[in-house]
Amino acid sequence: MGYVAVKGGTKAIEASMERLTYERLKEQEIIEVETIMATMKSLIDQVMSESSLYSPFLAALAIKQAEGSMEEAVFLLRAHRSTLPRLYTSETVEPETMFVERRISASFKDIPGGQLLGATKDYTHRLLDFNLLEEDKTQITTWLKNFENNLEQTEGKVTYFPKVVDYLREEGLFETYPLNDTAPIDITKESLSFPASRSARLQVLTRGQTGAVTALGYASLRGYGQVHPTVGEVRVGRLPIHTAHPVEGSGNPEDDFYIGEIRVTEIESFVPITKKNGRNEEKLEFEIGYGICYGQNETKAIAMSILDQCLDHPEGDFPTHDEEFVLLHIDSVEATGFISHLKLPHYVTFQSKLDSVRQIKRGVSDDES
Amino acid sequence: MKAKTHFAFFDEGSKKEIRRALLKAVAIPGYQVPFASREMPIARGWGTGGLQITLSLIGKQDVLKVIDQGADESVNAVSIKKLISKTTGVRLVERTEDATLIQSRHRIPEVPLTKNQILVLQVPMPEPLRGVEASEYQTKILHSEEDYSGAWLQLFEQVMKYGKTATGADHPVYVNGRYIMAPSPIPRFDNPKLHQSDALILFGAGREKKIYAVPPYADVSSLAFDDYPFQVESFAGENCHLCGAENVFLDELEDPVTNETIYQCNDTSYCLERLNENEEAEVRKTYA
Repeated sequence: MGYVAVKGGTKAIEASMERLTYERLKEQEIIEVETIMATMKSLIDQVMSESSLYSPFLAALAIKQAEGSMEEAVFLLRAHRSTLPRLYTSETVEPETMFVERRISASFKDIPGGQLLGATKDYTHRLLDFNLLEEDKTQITTWLKNFENNLEQTEGKVTYFPKVVDYLREEGLFETYPLNDTAPIDITKESLSFPASRSARLQVLTRGQTGAVTALGYASLRGYGQVHPTVGEVRVGRLPIHTAHPVEGSGNPEDDFYIGEIRVTEIESFVPITKKNGRNEEKLEFEIGYGICYGQNETKAIAMSILDQCLDHPEGDFPTHDEEFVLLHIDSVEATGFISHLKLPHYVTFQSKLDSVRQIKRGVSDDES
Repeated sequence: MKAKTHFAFFDEGSKKEIRRALLKAVAIPGYQVPFASREMPIARGWGTGGLQITLSLIGKQDVLKVIDQGADESVNAVSIKKLISKTTGVRLVERTEDATLIQSRHRIPEVPLTKNQILVLQVPMPEPLRGVEASEYQTKILHSEEDYSGAWLQLFEQVMKYGKTATGADHPVYVNGRYIMAPSPIPRFDNPKLHQSDALILFGAGREKKIYAVPPYADVSSLAFDDYPFQVESFAGENCHLCGAENVFLDELEDPVTNETIYQCNDTSYCLERLNENEEAEVRKTYA
């Protein structure tokens, strides 16, 4: 007969997964992916942003499967993302051409094109709305009908919103840089090396965990950093994505294919800095901190713009100016994965440390006796 | 929208890319080769580096063994095995001798490995100098200039503070007389097995995006001073309460009945093998 291995681990895992399914199903309620897509847009935006995968449908599915856990939903989408072939690279997108839904400036009251508040929670009073407990379809329909009746027709008029910063550039308060057409590196295909290029930095920041990016941006703003920005422009809206023909690309943008649009939040923060001119005199100028992310997530995008500016000044003494400190610790999948691995057995490593401590203790008592 | 997964999860392009990093690692023993670590269906920090190496190497003929801290049946080993067998269908074994590919977390099996085997170790922290230098940019420079004073000073400080070196697992090693390398948190007991190994030993750190290797028959020595020599964990006078093995790495347990400390082989498949051998021997004796 002989001894056989106890299949304890296999059995335990199987039972645990069954239990997990039971916990998900036991209330006998089902949420449709479509319901999540329609009613939890902010959550979907965050998941898409942190996963670097723009697909509201898949994000909603991930949220359903993850039972609402952010880190789990992001993890699912990231793992799915790495199985997808990457066939094309899109053409450069110019957010100045954004189909704007919301656009404000904290720097100027009268910006060319005007302030457009759009849909924002900023001025809602955060009081729990108990009426939502009794919301029903007829109520919604009536409300929507009223709302639509009150809308003004604009008859094909499209307002163009120039960038706020252009106005200041003309005045010479911002330096004008030539366009940088270096192909960006892809941090998911090449491992990050330091000093990191700006394209790598922006990619890491935009897919950073919302909470982590916000916390570090806040730390810098509050005192552990040297960047005190004014938000020059917040834009939320949709950007068209085009790609050239992979083989027979003519180089003419007119021939590009339109493959869809993405909704993003874009921030340009204005940061005053002192620069030395040719005669070694100090002069005050502005620089831009840039933030952008999928969906509407203004806090994250603003925090990103602060960190972008911090990392442009590595001479700062604070950890928020240290690119390794910032870029290596804000990724949701990496941070949550390594923290949670502490739950794995560490019997061997602990035994080894135990041995080392015992040996030392024994050594010390030998010396004393 | 339902997608079928490719053999061994990765597309062939990704496998090739990882294998290229592996070749470089073998060519420069102990050097950490950066690679584009993929996001896996298991969590970062849970063996994704080792898993990516295994998946990039595995073929239909391979026979796989996965262990976690010595145990074939540890939950995470089971989880990794499940993923690999689901996407490849390769044969899974527990006997070390039967495997062609062994993925392990923090142990090198007790049974000596052969030249027909590859050992893949999962690595949480690939940088042996991280304790003395937090910056990746700086440690890269230290390695390139072979400036290892920090690593030596760390050991020296332990000698000054505690009267002897006080490392636990992951005691740093010198590879091929050139690079200082983190052997992954294997116990010091396993460090000597890296030296002049018959098998190829590969290290994968998924979260830190590094791959490195100890090729067969490479010299590997554990960092130590002449007057404070390297010491492995001591289990002097103890043996496995199940199979009686000595000179193996033991787990320390408490006997639930007598409350005494007892010891047991950490390498579960080795222990099982011995138990069966002992039994066969007994059976032979009885019938002789």
